[in-house]
Amino acid sequence: MALISYRKALNDALAEEILRDENVVVMGEEVAEYNGAYKVTEGLWGRFGSKRIVDLPISEGGFVGMAVGASMLGVRPVVELMFWSFAYVAFDQIINNAGCVRYMSGGQINCPIVIRGPANGGTNVGATHSHTPENLFAAMPGLKVVAPATAYDAKGLLKTAIRDNDPVMFMENTLLYGEKWEVPEDEYLIPMGVADVKRVGSDITLVAHGRAVITCLEAAQILEAENGIHAEVVDLRSIRPLDEETILASVRKTHRAVLVEENKPFCGVDAQLAAMIQEKAFDELDAPIGRISALDAPAIYSPPLEKIQLPTARRVVQKVLATC
Amino acid sequence: MYRIRRFEQTSLKAYNAGKMGGFLHLYTGQESVAVATISLLGENDHVVTAYRDHGHAIAVGMTMNECMAELFGKATGCSKGKGGSMHLFAPDKRYWGGHGIVAGQTPLGLGIAYALKYKGIPGCCLTYLGDGAVNQGVYHESLNLASLLSLPVIYIIENNGYSMGTSLARSSAFKQLLAQRAEGYNICWDQCNGENIYEVRAKTQAAIVRAREESRPTVLEIATYRYYGHSVADANARKYRTPEEIDHYKTYHDPLLLWQKRLIDEGILTEEQATAIDYEARAEADAASRFADESPFPEEADIFKDIYSELDHPAEGENAPRGTFFFN
Ligand SMILES: Cc1ncc(C[n+]2csc(CCOP(=O)(O)OP(=O)(O)O)c2C)c(N)n1
Ligand SMILES: [Mg+2]
Repeated sequence: MALISYRKALNDALAEEILRDENVVVMGEEVAEYNGAYKVTEGLWGRFGSKRIVDLPISEGGFVGMAVGASMLGVRPVVELMFWSFAYVAFDQIINNAGCVRYMSGGQINCPIVIRGPANGGTNVGATHSHTPENLFAAMPGLKVVAPATAYDAKGLLKTAIRDNDPVMFMENTLLYGEKWEVPEDEYLIPMGVADVKRVGSDITLVAHGRAVITCLEAAQILEAENGIHAEVVDLRSIRPLDEETILASVRKTHRAVLVEENKPFCGVDAQLAAMIQEKAFDELDAPIGRISALDAPAIYSPPLEKIQLPTARRVVQKVLATC
Repeated sequence: MYRIRRFEQTSLKAYNAGKMGGFLHLYTGQESVAVATISLLGENDHVVTAYRDHGHAIAVGMTMNECMAELFGKATGCSKGKGGSMHLFAPDKRYWGGHGIVAGQTPLGLGIAYALKYKGIPGCCLTYLGDGAVNQGVYHESLNLASLLSLPVIYIIENNGYSMGTSLARSSAFKQLLAQRAEGYNICWDQCNGENIYEVRAKTQAAIVRAREESRPTVLEIATYRYYGHSVADANARKYRTPEEIDHYKTYHDPLLLWQKRLIDEGILTEEQATAIDYEARAEADAASRFADESPFPEEADIFKDIYSELDHPAEGENAPRGTFFFN
């Protein structure tokens, strides 16, 4: 297995799917000639040309809608948003058109579109550029939402997302692009709706998605070394569809759970998880479910403060200690 | 213009020294646009712009200290370290930001114009946007509304030829004149070169009069050029345009040097005065950098301030804040 970056894993997934299916088109701002604002599409334009890798002007509402329309005719657009924060300009197209067209047509119309890009804070770019909207989109039946934490998951999930017949919101993280993980050379797919136990443990379940998984793994290490607590880390990978069974199985084993996300707490993904766990595994719980999320304010610019605003391993550790 | 240029040079140094995070979109090369247009504004006139906002901030009279401290993320910054480079604000100077989402400010300027008209105030709102921003739907919706409702908004397109790495030729279908799209909305438009400050001022003044006296919008396109990358972190800054192109602009079209030369030629300014202005600007920028460096960061508790008015200014009794505001 090769050690490759999250960025390269995404790039490989795109290239493989472009080669596999002539309908796959990558489009967005600066994706072709500039090689991608975050270099995820690096080299693809040189390799595949302007028909498959399409530069578009700053018109998110227009081109996301265009991609939705094209997908209805069988094109498989993978639309890059330079930041997921810019999705709000295209919100109507995503929610009303991509999210509703199958249902409103009585199942006659497919919408095989992937919208992908970074959705994270932590890079000191201020409130307008630091949104984590996975909960907003996951709240919409008809849309799918995935948020991979590792290069391995990013590649396998992106390939699956591209082959999927429904709109998939694919949320990456600029802080993970340069991180490297082992990735098999042979082709593989990761189904959506399947969580992954990233670390096995017996004392408490930590549930997370995206970069919060990395924070949890770090916290688990500290807990083991300093407190002798064995935390199990469940990585959702996909938020909608959600792998309830893997979460519940872990809770049945550990009887405790702390849910961690970089999103804001109110109506966050973990609010949904907490409701689900208490409803389906109430008798298994030996303590209230704990939650750690971004401090509940718009993203602050000031670099040292933004570090505090996002979940840290220390904060997770403290919550676990309060729960155990 | 010297003040803006020296401010930004100093901020670039500080950025490279790790004093700030995120983006730093330098305005260097475009200074004449903000200076020429904002120099005409009176007490009822307003300004709103995008994320390339240092020039406008200084032109409206913000201090280098409060701007630099904001870039450093310090509590003494104009936004208390909460906004950063892209989000400078000074409502006391009728400067409504610094906005990070491309074209997001275009309906805000419209709204400020709406409020002026609503209140019967004879003013205008200069609303700046880039050549890339003209392709956002919300800008076109704003143009239609501006004309339909007859509002005193002035859209100033700062056409620096590029939106990130995309040249104008690759972003707009009608490339000749971005301002001309205004015709489709029955809005007066004009075009000029940012190098010629007299011309920029004359054309802006015509738009201001139209706004104040007729409550009609204008779109004014001003040709200009940015010297640095899209933001400091733009690794491709010298790939999508040639180094020769950049050098050509710096050498032959620098708005600061051209204006200085013109004023000297016209006998309005002496070499010595120009040098003194530059010297003062440098000293002011250096002092701002020290001020920012020595200022404290916000406290952790500050994260939860400035979110709801009633929490920052709690009333007593009947009007005391009710309900849960934060959910940690
Ligand atoms: C809605 C939205 N899409 C994309 C971006 C990323 N972005 C920031 S600035 C920019 C280029 C804008 O170019 P232009 O309007 O010409 O202004 P300039 O940078 O030249 O001043 C892009 C693509 C953004 N901030 N907001
Ligand atoms: Mg531009």
